[in-house]
Amino acid sequence: MTAQEIIARLPYQDPFLFVDTLTEITSEGITGQYTFNKDAYFYKGHFKNRPITPGVILTECMAQIGLVCLGMYMLKEELRGNAIPQIALTFSQIDFFLPVYPGEQVTVVSEKDVFRFHKLKCNVKLYNEKGELVCRGKLSGMIKIPEKSEL
Amino acid sequence: MTNDELIAKLKTIVQPYIQDEAAFETLSEDTDFINDLKINSANLVDVILDVEDEFDIRIENEDMEKMTSVKAAMAIVTEKLAAQ
Repeated sequence: MTAQEIIARLPYQDPFLFVDTLTEITSEGITGQYTFNKDAYFYKGHFKNRPITPGVILTECMAQIGLVCLGMYMLKEELRGNAIPQIALTFSQIDFFLPVYPGEQVTVVSEKDVFRFHKLKCNVKLYNEKGELVCRGKLSGMIKIPEKSEL
Repeated sequence: MTNDELIAKLKTIVQPYIQDEAAFETLSEDTDFINDLKINSANLVDVILDVEDEFDIRIENEDMEKMTSVKAAMAIVTEKLAAQ
């Protein structure tokens, strides 16, 4: 399954898609990038006259690349046809170190901890363009491919 | 290992994942993980992984689907330990 195929099958769209490219994918981990659009809706409110990417959005970016894209790659055998995975974030614990400003590109690096019974747990790091660590932590989620009857 | 010892170990394992405190306090062989303790499917996987670590056994897909109560967990753990 290629990076383009994974991104095309993600269950997100603008304004809540936070994956541009996937540059490395194996069954042990994934690396991907996203550039925050300087006109994104959340900058109007976070914060007043001082736009900074919210931590929940950074967490979402880490989860979309680090859990969902990796999970889809893991389930590539089951992801035949046009099936779109059903996903749920079940755990997040992230420490934040640096701000991300509008227009910045970030790189997410996720390493698989456990993938059993359709649950994926990962150690995920997010870096800025200078290669500085912006945030890191643990994320877990459940991913399943719906049966045809559920579609 | 006696049944009481096994139940005590399982009780320690499930504690971080339960959502119903009252059902946890009165946990017995007849307690159901999902209906009584309100453990969700994501945390049920954590229970399975912690059981594997605690008893040094490997639980397969078909066992996992059955392992939804204290009684079923005791049966699976006992069977796996006996097979070693």
